Amino acid sequence: MESLSNKKKVLEVKPLNFWERAYLPAIAKGLSITMGHFFKKPVTIQYPEQKREFSENYRGLHSLKRDENGKERCTACGLCALSCPAEAITMTAAERQKGEEHLYREEKYAAVYEINMLRCIFCGLCEEACPKEAIYLDGDIVQSDYLRKDFIYGKDKLVEAPLNQ
Amino acid sequence: MELAEIGIKFALVAIIFGISLVVAMYSTYAERKIAAFFQDRVGPNRAGPFGILQPLADGAKMFLKEEIIPTNATPFLFIVGPSLAILTACIASAVIPWGQNVVIAGRTIPLQVTDINVGILYIFGVVSLGVYGVMIGGWASNNKYSLLGAIRAASQNISYEISMGLSIIALLLVTGTLSLGEIAQQQHGWHWNVIYQPVGFLLFLICSFAETNRTPFDLPECETELVGGYHTEYSSMKLGFYLFAEYINMFISSAVMVTLYWGSYNYPGMDYMNELLGATWGPLFGFAVMFTKVLLFIFFFMWVRWTIPRFRYDQLMDLGWKVLIPLAIANIVVTGIWITFFS
Ligand code: SF4
Ligand code: SF4
Repeated sequence: MESLSNKKKVLEVKPLNFWERAYLPAIAKGLSITMGHFFKKPVTIQYPEQKREFSENYRGLHSLKRDENGKERCTACGLCALSCPAEAITMTAAERQKGEEHLYREEKYAAVYEINMLRCIFCGLCEEACPKEAIYLDGDIVQSDYLRKDFIYGKDKLVEAPLNQ
Repeated sequence: MELAEIGIKFALVAIIFGISLVVAMYSTYAERKIAAFFQDRVGPNRAGPFGILQPLADGAKMFLKEEIIPTNATPFLFIVGPSLAILTACIASAVIPWGQNVVIAGRTIPLQVTDINVGILYIFGVVSLGVYGVMIGGWASNNKYSLLGAIRAASQNISYEISMGLSIIALLLVTGTLSLGEIAQQQHGWHWNVIYQPVGFLLFLICSFAETNRTPFDLPECETELVGGYHTEYSSMKLGFYLFAEYINMFISSAVMVTLYWGSYNYPGMDYMNELLGATWGPLFGFAVMFTKVLLFIFFFMWVRWTIPRFRYDQLMDLGWKVLIPLAIANIVVTGIWITFFS
């Protein structure tokens, strides 16, 4: 039958000729190939000192955003926690008191907001779920640490630095 | 007078011993660096500038590791194994001529510890003793992987020693002596034996790879099949001795190859250089030349290691028995005919 793509290539099994069976020419060829690599520039990136640039849509560490007046955007609606496939997010909501208007944008805010970085798979679904544009995965990679409890990042690490006016 | 000579011999032994240890130590570093360069990487570069202190760090680590002797191992033999490996690796360098006689302060000093008239046989004896270290270690570990590794090492060494010996016989036909010192002298200038014995050299080279258990013949420590091969159960400095012995062996076999085939300390234009530099520095320059050749061979060992994959075991045996031995015998016959009719 004629093949559809005409890309079929019939391979013959040829017995090796004398020089191929003698190995040595093939070995010499291999040696010259490795020698070619010997003088190439290494591709290594020496990590802690040098860093590879992340692509624009790289999903790194989360940050909880503030609005243009420096107020926290998150309203503790819990949609991010709901959407999270790894169940990495927990939060406790609280009501905004009088005099705290400059801190929180909405009447309800997250008093505790924790992400367990060992559970998180950096899928970015929290970012997509958020109706308030409050959470983005625009940070660096997560630092290594010794204890599991140190991987639960609270608001102290997640919330953006306040605007300095 | 006698005492002074003994003192000089001791100094020479100490120097050669020190040099081979340092070379072995830095071979581990060079191996890792060269492997890295062949693979477009950087290699160890954290301990000291360019990672130059890496071997010291490795050595310190080896010494500080816990000494483990498995419950089922035979404790005495378990320790004898690596000791024997390193011992035989170290004593082979005694007969290698490192240079012409040096004249220092009116005294002529030979740069060879001892020029016994059966130097080649001595080397062969020591090298074949070396495999006992591997065998005893593998046997004493009481572990199937170690045992398999040891058996492989033994059968491989036996197979390749034959063709190695046969390739040497052809060389002996040319040189007419077993003494390494004389063989080195005969290759004065550019009369290197490799010109008269190219096939013999090739055979000897292949067999040296097999004898030192280097890739593509490193089946005794084949990780993919045998975990770690004969040193699976070894840890701390006992493992260090095995690895160290491998590198010393590599150094020694490079030195032997240079002595037998690549002109030892001889180089074209050496008479002129000797006159120029005098009786002290001329031979020392010859030593430097020899050392450079040895280092090039060590580099070649590593180059091959990072290029060629290992053989399958039956291929290894096929190559040893069905290719190398007939080739070596043919080489002897051709050399014999050549010598009978043309010289
Ligand atoms: S990135 Fe994915 S896994 Fe991580 S917290 Fe957000 S939704 Fe959960
Ligand atoms: S980060 Fe967004 S989705 Fe998550 S609780 Fe806050 S407002 Fe809701």
